[in-house]
Amino acid sequence: MILHELIDYPTLRVIWWVLLGVILIGFAAMDGFDLGTGILLPFVGRDDVERRIVINTVGPVWEGNQVWLILGGGAIFASWPQLYAVSFSGFYLAMFAILFALILRPVGFKYRSKLDDTRWRSAWDWALFIGGFLPSLIFGVAVGNTLAGVPFRIDDDLRIFYDGTFFGLLNPFALLCGLVSVAMLTMHGATWLALKTEGEVRARAVSYGKRAALATIALFALGGVALWLFVDGYVITSVINPAGPSNPLLKTVEREAQAWFANYGAYPWTLIAPALGFLGPLVVWALIGSKREIVTLAAGMVSAFGVIATVGVSMFPFILPSTEQPGASLTVWDASSSHQTLFIMLCISLLFLPIVLAYTAWVYSILRGKVGREEVEGGGHAY
Amino acid sequence: MELDIVSLSRFQFALTALYHFLFVPLTLGLSVLVAIMETVYVMTGRPIWRQMTQFWGTLFGINFVMGVATGIVMEFQFGMNWSYYSHYVGDIFGAPLAAEGLMAFFLEATFVGLFFFGWDRMSKVGHLAATWAVALGSNFSALWILIANGWMQNPVGSVFNVQTMRMEIDNFADVLFNPVAQAKFVHTVSAGYVTASLFVLGVSAWYLLKGRVPELAKRSMTVAASFGLAASLSVVVLGDESGYLANEHQKMKLAAMEAMWETEPAPAGFTLFGFPDQQARETHFAIRIPVVMGLIATRSLNTEIPGINDLVRSAEGHIRNGIVAYDALQKIRAVKPGEPVPPEAQAAFEQNGRQLGYALLLRRYVDDPRLATDEQIARAAWDTVPHVPTLFWSFRVMVGLGFFFILLTATFFLLSATRQLDRRRWLLRVAVAAIPLPWIAAELGWVVAETGRQPWSIEGILPTAVAVSDLGITTLLITICGFSVIYTVLFIIEMKLMLRAISKGPEADHGAPAPLVPANLVAAE
Repeated sequence: MILHELIDYPTLRVIWWVLLGVILIGFAAMDGFDLGTGILLPFVGRDDVERRIVINTVGPVWEGNQVWLILGGGAIFASWPQLYAVSFSGFYLAMFAILFALILRPVGFKYRSKLDDTRWRSAWDWALFIGGFLPSLIFGVAVGNTLAGVPFRIDDDLRIFYDGTFFGLLNPFALLCGLVSVAMLTMHGATWLALKTEGEVRARAVSYGKRAALATIALFALGGVALWLFVDGYVITSVINPAGPSNPLLKTVEREAQAWFANYGAYPWTLIAPALGFLGPLVVWALIGSKREIVTLAAGMVSAFGVIATVGVSMFPFILPSTEQPGASLTVWDASSSHQTLFIMLCISLLFLPIVLAYTAWVYSILRGKVGREEVEGGGHAY
Repeated sequence: MELDIVSLSRFQFALTALYHFLFVPLTLGLSVLVAIMETVYVMTGRPIWRQMTQFWGTLFGINFVMGVATGIVMEFQFGMNWSYYSHYVGDIFGAPLAAEGLMAFFLEATFVGLFFFGWDRMSKVGHLAATWAVALGSNFSALWILIANGWMQNPVGSVFNVQTMRMEIDNFADVLFNPVAQAKFVHTVSAGYVTASLFVLGVSAWYLLKGRVPELAKRSMTVAASFGLAASLSVVVLGDESGYLANEHQKMKLAAMEAMWETEPAPAGFTLFGFPDQQARETHFAIRIPVVMGLIATRSLNTEIPGINDLVRSAEGHIRNGIVAYDALQKIRAVKPGEPVPPEAQAAFEQNGRQLGYALLLRRYVDDPRLATDEQIARAAWDTVPHVPTLFWSFRVMVGLGFFFILLTATFFLLSATRQLDRRRWLLRVAVAAIPLPWIAAELGWVVAETGRQPWSIEGILPTAVAVSDLGITTLLITICGFSVIYTVLFIIEMKLMLRAISKGPEADHGAPAPLVPANLVAAE
């Protein structure tokens, strides 16, 4: 096949870097409100009916939303195999914890209301809380460690060795990033509940949402300060060929304080990313509780976009720096799939993403409207 | 079992994959059966078919969620436990996984919500479309994952790239239309249809035995028996196709399945029964049927099927070629940028590069394959033989069950056609007892396919032993225990809810037994 020569290799790599961001943002924007709803479940729902209302707001949609995560796994595997190999094996126990939580979540949604037993139901409510909280925290912690770099080595055969421990991942900066993620997704869940519920449940969601929005702003700002003061960035110090082979060992890299801020100086328009990271939660804080529920939900999504894009822009062209062997850090130019695979995957994505978005929108439009007591108490078609 | 990283990683993968596949076949088949029932409802307007759709749909839901929950584990595990594998073949193997997410999982997961929550929000036809989207989505996902798995068995359309030290895609169409993948896909989804058919058949038979909801049970059995008969015929035919393809692409797997130690003059006989002995390299008490094996595997009377001993001898040759390729590879990689590659190294690699993977088989014994002794080479060659008794027996039980399924579904098809479904109580009891059998057959099928691939993770390309991540034993033990505990607890809960939903029956959730004809069609008195 010569077709893939239509788009040159460096461009395809940048496109796939953007698409990686799109998928992560898609996950945070869509499954994010499910996770946030799980976190809020025990707090905004005080009795069984209220909790069933909360669960039923995400009941018909969480499965589709979670596919963003599955797509993320598959797309990273296909387009950034080294990133997939290093991060999934390096963060092994953290990944296991996420899996554990994500196994609890689907089962909790489906099975909770099948038995009319208070202890059974309250146990699953807490399982759903963990299923929302733990992944939110760990994804944030993973991002924090990505920014700070992780201790991996790559040998001549491109075998990967990881010298860190699970507890090494839980350093203060990474935990701070974890809190940003928890605050942001809790806020996002609140915007969803404000849209889908009414009465007291909604009032409680609004009140938690306001606090979470302020926490998001404060923690995101604090993260920026900590990144400036305590976390070294990385710079490529050798000539790099953006169309070169995907072998991370062909360059040299050095650590440098404040290097993660260099892109904003070179391309000031990229400051729009952190700006949106602040603007999103600000709009949520101002509008949540008002009638502009869709705008508030969208502002939650914009927050996810701003925060994730900030991480991407700060690090570009790095994807996963190595603290132990900086030269082996994974970058956009040397950790991707082959030219042909990137091209094929792009075609598949351009063909199917619009279709997915179209029918997802259709399904949401069918399910529009608030979830009230009548639906939960009356029908056989609810959790 | 030795307590090393490779064995533990394999154990964990087998554990989680076999567990995942407890739920997949029923999802594959029941989604289609439910969609068929709903189609009849929409076409005839008879409420009983809606009641059937909703009842079997409830059971589908309990099962589906477990498939979703355990499926994420599968996708993450390649990177978690098999990082060198992920690096080495991600360029090819990752694409079908991503495509699976985009084309299949979004479809089934987005519409499954509408299936349960959309009954009162949509038109009949709209809801039917959602149900078919779920069925289509789950079957698409089987297609993509089997394209990925088919490539592990028959790695077409790819080449090794010296600069990136990995396999890269050469021809995507070859990967997509891999004959092994196509045969596996139809074989696997058919197995799912059989599983669901026997499930519906057995549960309905139980209702008939109890004298409950006879109209619903009989209609369900009619659908299940006809669909199940077609599917079980398809399973056997495509299983046979897989055997034929194995002879083309995985001769060792075929020879091990048959415990065929020596090459026989064509056409080879089929060993019906026997006790294969891996140490002694022979099969005790073998009962053999002449000619049959040659016919199945080669579809001819004069093509020889190589036996295990001969295949080991040729593996030894491949290993020696692989060492040449490995040596050439090191020489090519030692060349500084800008300097020319020595032509003899280039030529040696071009000639022997396909056997590079065989050199990596030696990594179990020596870090640099070039330093391997003759004895180590001989041992590595014997490593290419998978565990013969496991394959031999798994295969025979699976095939035996396959033929039993044809017999059972054909019997009930005839009973249904002659309206005698409730006449033979002992047959109903057989149907109830048969419910677990398709699961046994499906799990054994995977055992044959994947232990038969050993010692390779990618046949002929990448040995399993070098594909693992650099993890600690303790770490792996933690996750194995973790998965075992949560999977056991969830299995108990799932069985409990399933049995409860079955014993509660269709009457409870959806009101009194539905009338056979819609109210507006009842004749005026």
